[in-house]
Amino acid sequence: MTPLGVSILAAVASLALLGVVLELIRSRRLRERYALLWLLTGVVLLVLSLWRSSVNTIAGWIGIETYPPAVLFAVGTLFIVLVLLHYSTVISKLADQNTVLAQKLALLEEQLSQRDRA
Amino acid sequence: MSEIAAPVRRHVDPRLAALRRVAIVPAYNEEESVGGVIDEIRGFDPDFEVVVVDDGSLDRTAEIAADKGARVLRLPFNLGIGSAVQTGFRFAFENGYELAVRVDGDGQHDAAQLAALVSPLLAGEADIAVGSRFAADAGYRSSRSRRMGIRILAGAVSALVRQRVTDPTSGFQALNRHAIALFAADYPHDYPEAEATVMLAKHRLRWCEVPVEMRERQAGQSSIGALAAVYYMVKVLIAIFIALFRRNPEVRS
Repeated sequence: MTPLGVSILAAVASLALLGVVLELIRSRRLRERYALLWLLTGVVLLVLSLWRSSVNTIAGWIGIETYPPAVLFAVGTLFIVLVLLHYSTVISKLADQNTVLAQKLALLEEQLSQRDRA
Repeated sequence: MSEIAAPVRRHVDPRLAALRRVAIVPAYNEEESVGGVIDEIRGFDPDFEVVVVDDGSLDRTAEIAADKGARVLRLPFNLGIGSAVQTGFRFAFENGYELAVRVDGDGQHDAAQLAALVSPLLAGEADIAVGSRFAADAGYRSSRSRRMGIRILAGAVSALVRQRVTDPTSGFQALNRHAIALFAADYPHDYPEAEATVMLAKHRLRWCEVPVEMRERQAGQSSIGALAAVYYMVKVLIAIFIALFRRNPEVRS
């Protein structure tokens, strides 16, 4: 069984994560689109830490016998990898769009200077 | 001897004719329908400035709109409907327009119904009027899952703004200068209409629904599929609840 202290700490940490993410959206520093995965992470970790027997069940499935709370770390790590991958695709798209913007700007400036000369 | 047919000028409400007015037409790959939409708006009122916001189309949407004499704002890549429409609101705000209507480039909004849509604004009864498919029994056909989604959203938005909202995803809208100024300053991103309704209530702008009929899409694809619909439901529901608590933006007037 997961030690009570570990469950409490995990629940507090996931509540804190949810609170921070919601506040970031509220104060307009984070768009909902990029917050959904974080919210899902917080909710899943919160469920796992409050519903204590579920951690044991999952540990049984994947054969963790010595220390069931390791499931919390595994799930947490999995979600962090997902979020990072998602952000990598977002950054790639931003970089592509940034290139297009710079090129368009150069074309427009050239057009404007041609027009000024005429 | 050639005879030039006199253009059929329908009667335009003098209160409307006195306003600087613009029709914002967001379009993404709508080359088959955008020309007809522009013609219909001109058919309702030839003095509407028509601004097509081309949201990174890969087809000839922008060329066709320009050939029709519309002004075209060509976004360098697809920004999504919210940001595309906001580009139109910014244009309207910066250029001093007093009344704006939004008519989607896919042809589902019938410009002949603009008279009904703008009338609450002309009467000074509302800052924004939204065409609703469900306010009257207009007989709009739609898939059951989509109707269900719209009903859930309608319930949530109605409760939050304490006013009966029947069609929270309708993009067929008419706005006065106050509403244009707000949306030019701040507009939601992906499927924006529901969240925008909550924003309007927070800013104490007057909102009303007008029963309209809409057509089935004439061409192209709907921007929303079945699985994506569920994802956006969740996203929009989160967004409208957060919108209630969110800090208001500064609005220039």
